[in-house]
Amino acid sequence: MDRRTTIKWVLAAGAVWPLRRTSTARAYAAPSARGYGTDPDLTVNHHAGEPWPLTLTAEQRTLAGILCDIILPADDHSPSASAVGVVDFIDEWVSAPYPTFQRDRGVVLGGLTWLDEESARRFGKDFSALDVAGRRGICDDICEASRAPTALHEPARFFALYRDLTAGGFYSSPAGRKDLNYIGNVPLANFGGPPPSLLKSLGLS
Amino acid sequence: MPFVTADKQQSLYDVIVVGSGAGGGQAAYTLSMDGAKVLMLEAGRNYSATESSMFRTPDLAPLAGVGTPDKPFGFYDATVDGGWEVPGEPYARASESDAGRFEWWRARMLGGRTNHWGRISLRNGPYDFKPRTRDGLGYDWPIDYSDVAPYYDKVELLIGVYGSNEGLENTPSSSPGCLLPPPKPLVNDLLMAQRAKRLGVPAIPGHRAVLTQPLDFRRSPARLHPGNAKAQRILAEDMRARSPCLWATPCGYGCAVRANYQSTTVHLPPALKTGNLDITTDAMVYEVTLGSDGRANGVNFVDRLSGKQRHAAARVVILAASACESARILLNSKSAQFPQGLANSSGKVGRYLMDTVGSTVGGQIPLLESLPPLNEDAADGHQLYVPWWLYQEQLAGKLGFARGYHIEYGGGKRMPGYGTAAGLEWLTGGSYGAKFKQEVRRYYGSFVWFDGRGEMIANDQSYCEIDPSVKDRWDIPVLRFHWQWSDHERRQAAHMQKTFADIIDAMGGRTSAAVKTDGAKAIAPGGSIIHEVGGTIMGSDPKESVTNQWGQTWDVQNLFVADGGVFASNADKNPTLTIMALAWRASDHILERLRRKEL
Repeated sequence: MDRRTTIKWVLAAGAVWPLRRTSTARAYAAPSARGYGTDPDLTVNHHAGEPWPLTLTAEQRTLAGILCDIILPADDHSPSASAVGVVDFIDEWVSAPYPTFQRDRGVVLGGLTWLDEESARRFGKDFSALDVAGRRGICDDICEASRAPTALHEPARFFALYRDLTAGGFYSSPAGRKDLNYIGNVPLANFGGPPPSLLKSLGLS
Repeated sequence: MPFVTADKQQSLYDVIVVGSGAGGGQAAYTLSMDGAKVLMLEAGRNYSATESSMFRTPDLAPLAGVGTPDKPFGFYDATVDGGWEVPGEPYARASESDAGRFEWWRARMLGGRTNHWGRISLRNGPYDFKPRTRDGLGYDWPIDYSDVAPYYDKVELLIGVYGSNEGLENTPSSSPGCLLPPPKPLVNDLLMAQRAKRLGVPAIPGHRAVLTQPLDFRRSPARLHPGNAKAQRILAEDMRARSPCLWATPCGYGCAVRANYQSTTVHLPPALKTGNLDITTDAMVYEVTLGSDGRANGVNFVDRLSGKQRHAAARVVILAASACESARILLNSKSAQFPQGLANSSGKVGRYLMDTVGSTVGGQIPLLESLPPLNEDAADGHQLYVPWWLYQEQLAGKLGFARGYHIEYGGGKRMPGYGTAAGLEWLTGGSYGAKFKQEVRRYYGSFVWFDGRGEMIANDQSYCEIDPSVKDRWDIPVLRFHWQWSDHERRQAAHMQKTFADIIDAMGGRTSAAVKTDGAKAIAPGGSIIHEVGGTIMGSDPKESVTNQWGQTWDVQNLFVADGGVFASNADKNPTLTIMALAWRASDHILERLRRKEL
């Protein structure tokens, strides 16, 4: 996507969302940073904010963290999404100076704004001030695009992307790998294949 | 003789090899091991697999390592300065439509795309060299399988390829001792094979250039270099220095322990040890130069570090810059004698560009849910594959398309990353919270995917030419691409979709998206599979082809092409192994002619 198309898209994305707060308009501007280039050093540990500046406001990051943890809360197996740095991950994602990421930026920022506005409409306060039932009430209406009413099509699209981003950040992390019992990525002298007992139980021996 | 800058080159070499990938690497290896003085020119920067990101995890990369325009195959992919777009090096397209697009992948680095490729190493079979004889379409090669078979053996022995000999139709067996044992199949592989078999679809061990055990450094060097003690010693030493697979970390990251084939880890180290090979990187060749005798006498290149134009001289010039780049160099080598470009008296340079037909279907398999923890990194995929199995039905005209495809298949508990839990709404009903976490655990490792890789038949509408106005940042005229599929490819892609859906169904699963019955929608855009070949095809008639069976251009006797450009057809088999076998064969021919002072 070229720059002109990107700008058109960002404008179009903005138009979809009923913006009422001027403060969010600033955050819609496309980041002007450069990418990491075609020959980055692959062997240094990366930290969010290094390849390009993070751009979410403190308010947006707070709301982003609340929504992350609604999607992936802590349980007996693993910590919550925000506890493993998923807010930084999402901030990096929507701040990335590449066309598809800037398209996601429009969806995410529009969605976060909509959450607060929908919350204000229903309960007279910000999303972050709602109790669990209030938060779930809104999320339940947008968590599955095929069930969402036409009026909530865009918020449902936002929720689907946001769930992917949250899960993407979480399962990419060491805690996420542990949660899924991933035991690879270690050098082995031999590869023995699956255990015969398992194959037998599946009718594959 | 090692890596040299443009001003440190010798005044005359036996052979200049343009390009350092599969074809260039093999040519430089064969020639220098046999004593020829070789200069290799690579357009991109120097690269060593010790730069590889092996074992690095997605949390240590920007954006969890997903692809961006800077790194299309992901942050950790070995490709440097490469992709379908290369900054400062544009190309043009005659059409931007989905059906008429061609995307040109390039990797500007030593070793080229061999650093990141899939390592799938399949032989063309006897039918694949004589497709026109068989069904009247496309072009025959001027050689047959028996001409190339000894070179397939050699390449497999040298680089190390795992696989098995199954004796299936047009799916050749290797000579004894050539193949390494295939890796053990995973749970999902065995389920796929069991269920595909019920549909009459055979799944057999894949063939990949990965060392499942150490190479036979005691016997192979003598088999590969009979009567050449120095070459045997160098190769034995180098084979011993290569580690077998560590059963972890994707091959596409590049392999610092040299357990798989990359030109930079397999061809170039022994070639450099002979003392007969000089390599200049950042050397962008744009023209083959001619002497007054009508023979090639070298090449002109841009030294990308200084921006200066340089000349290098040799008795023989081999172009192995990739199918399209080699055609570009020839078309840009214009002179009074060759006004439409060098070696182009046939008008065929740039013609008959072919890619592979690609189509994908994924699915979710309940039988694979909630399995116990398993290390399924294996050799990074392709433990099993399905060779084309409907030759007879096709020949009898029952399929509606003329050429076959093979199936590349995958699944298992891959390293979790961005995509692991993405897009699950169709399975979870949009869950979130504690339930979503449980469902991700349940579904992890239960997904499978099928990639069809099929033969495209050469046609008159798919070609490249020099764009009349656009130039790259070095002021070199660029290519313009024309592209068109035929019904053969579109129907084949639709057949892939249906077959994959049937296998997923037989595995008790569901496809993750609606099956595409319209082949035009099922087929991946031209160039996207990165198997582009043709453009300087070999043949038996100088009016209908650019080179003869040795890759020697009909018009200039000491000018050769040793990359995918010479392919007269593009069998479903991935082209890399054949590129290497033909480059070795051409290099043997060049050595023989040099010895006889004919070049």
